[in-house]
Amino acid sequence: MYAYDSFDRDFVAQRVDQFREQVGRRLAGELTEDEFKPLRLTNGLYLQLHAYMLRVAVPYGVLSSRQVRKLAHIGRRYDRGYGHFTTRQNIQFNWIKLEDAADILAELAEVEMHALQTSGNCIRNTTADQYSGVAADEIEDPRPYAELIRQWSSLHPEFTFLPRKFKIAITGSPNDRAAVKVHDVGLRMLRNEAGDVGFEVIVGGGLGRTPMIGKVIRRFLPKEHLLSYLEAVMRVYNQAGRRDNLYKARIKILVHEIGAEEMTRRVEAEWALIRDGVLKVPAETIAELKSFFNPPDYAPASDRPAALSQAMYENKEFARWHQAQVARHREPGYAIVNISLKPLGGIPGDVTSDQLDAIADLAETYSLAELRVTHAQNLVFPHVRQDALPALWAALKDLGLATPNLDQVGDIIACPGLDYCALANARSIPVAQAVSARFADLARAHDVGELQIKISGCINACGHHHVGHIGILGVDKKGEEFYQITLGGSAALDASVGQIIGPAVAADQVADAVETLVETYVGLRQPGERFLDTYRRVGAAPFKETLYAAH
Amino acid sequence: MSLKVATANRLIDGRVVFLGEHSRWQERLADAVAAEGAEADALMKTADYHVATAVVVGAYLIDVTTGPEGLVPSALKERIRAFGPTVM
Repeated sequence: MYAYDSFDRDFVAQRVDQFREQVGRRLAGELTEDEFKPLRLTNGLYLQLHAYMLRVAVPYGVLSSRQVRKLAHIGRRYDRGYGHFTTRQNIQFNWIKLEDAADILAELAEVEMHALQTSGNCIRNTTADQYSGVAADEIEDPRPYAELIRQWSSLHPEFTFLPRKFKIAITGSPNDRAAVKVHDVGLRMLRNEAGDVGFEVIVGGGLGRTPMIGKVIRRFLPKEHLLSYLEAVMRVYNQAGRRDNLYKARIKILVHEIGAEEMTRRVEAEWALIRDGVLKVPAETIAELKSFFNPPDYAPASDRPAALSQAMYENKEFARWHQAQVARHREPGYAIVNISLKPLGGIPGDVTSDQLDAIADLAETYSLAELRVTHAQNLVFPHVRQDALPALWAALKDLGLATPNLDQVGDIIACPGLDYCALANARSIPVAQAVSARFADLARAHDVGELQIKISGCINACGHHHVGHIGILGVDKKGEEFYQITLGGSAALDASVGQIIGPAVAADQVADAVETLVETYVGLRQPGERFLDTYRRVGAAPFKETLYAAH
Repeated sequence: MSLKVATANRLIDGRVVFLGEHSRWQERLADAVAAEGAEADALMKTADYHVATAVVVGAYLIDVTTGPEGLVPSALKERIRAFGPTVM
């Protein structure tokens, strides 16, 4: 993992001190809310429906057991005993007091954490593939580059007041697990014809009220030019991005308005001026950053050990969990374990302080004290010995964390919605709970196969509904909650924006509607087809017919 | 004319509060003063003063009804603010 140097430590400590002083002035009435709001947002502190909400950064989704214990402590001491993992690999606490905020930031700093770049019109925390460094299909670990972007962006004087927020995602694998095509900038590592590793640069993706799939503006960017090229992108955006209309201020609107070709031309022209300047990354810097993410010393372990095969043979429940939650590791004898934060009928992404403490202990025992957060609001243990999987499963089961539903109907992404969020128009969580409960039969869910349902409580689309195989958007119709359903979205390499299938349905009809759509798919699917594949083959008509005939 | 209550978030902890008797902010909607017309305007005037003096943040009036269960906000968002998240 990355470890702070004295610069990082001083910087974070200074920010805590500054914020403590700013809170003091606000409480003393020396700052108005209008003056204070940008200051608190710069430190991740929002004011939501019921209280302040603190969004803590988990840079590129990597956490240590020590950090998880600190999060558990913060949930217990300053909140109501739980936290909520978000769709950008962060964790937020919903019941924070302003008077405690600086103390919390000071506690986070003790474990090299902070709440910077989790709000405001800045370059937000870079998100990354949750399997970074361990994925069997990986070309190169993207985390050193995510950290490089962090160092470049955190105090960048030019990019502190952008037209709008700016989100970057990075993956080192050909299979995109980081949703790079729906970010302001998506970076995908690949190998060119000469065998060199670099980045494909995708610009102008995004969700919100105007969903767009990003456009490739450079097919191959050598690593040493990563920062200069990003700087060129940011300069073009900072200069030409709209500041007159909040809803048209993201880079996706600029790219859409001027076209990918013109965007490429402008970025390349800017880049030509700076590419060989101070931002050219020396090989030693890359080597130094890489050294923080060296693969651990894996003790030798045999691949597909007999103990594992036997456990799978003897215990169907374990076998089902293994099939759903365990991914192939690059190191023989090891496995990547996905931990579902989507218990049947539960709140997606919520985790109690007691669970966090237990997860920290388990990560220490089974995953070299390291874990990851996913943008789908789940956790990952990246370094688990295959022969330890049965024991880990049993421990997770005791904690209620062994639901075998990764990428299945119950693995729903949902924003906090109107239950917590000041921007929401409708609730998301109860809808997710109703759909999850409807498909409580795990054998049935398993038979349905990969099906990504994503729910947002307003058009800002924090629940990524546009890219759900089934997307659900809450809307307010004369004071009543209704839900618009979209089909055919995807956040993966085959990214697409879902299409609205018909009139919105009432809150109590959403689970029925999802069930009808699922049954329609089951009736139409050909061998090997996922829901998304069938939809793409047959189109919306049969789904529309069954859905609206039934109501 | 509809019945109104002044609400805001308390500055120090962000909690939802309602303006009650003697210009005191209360955590329970049941302890709020509900008023119409000019009296509601007076509630808002008091609330604005407390915004200006850093007691509360973002004060506004909400529509409420009275019934067997006491005061109930008309809008779902305000019911959730008053009574808490509908999920736990």
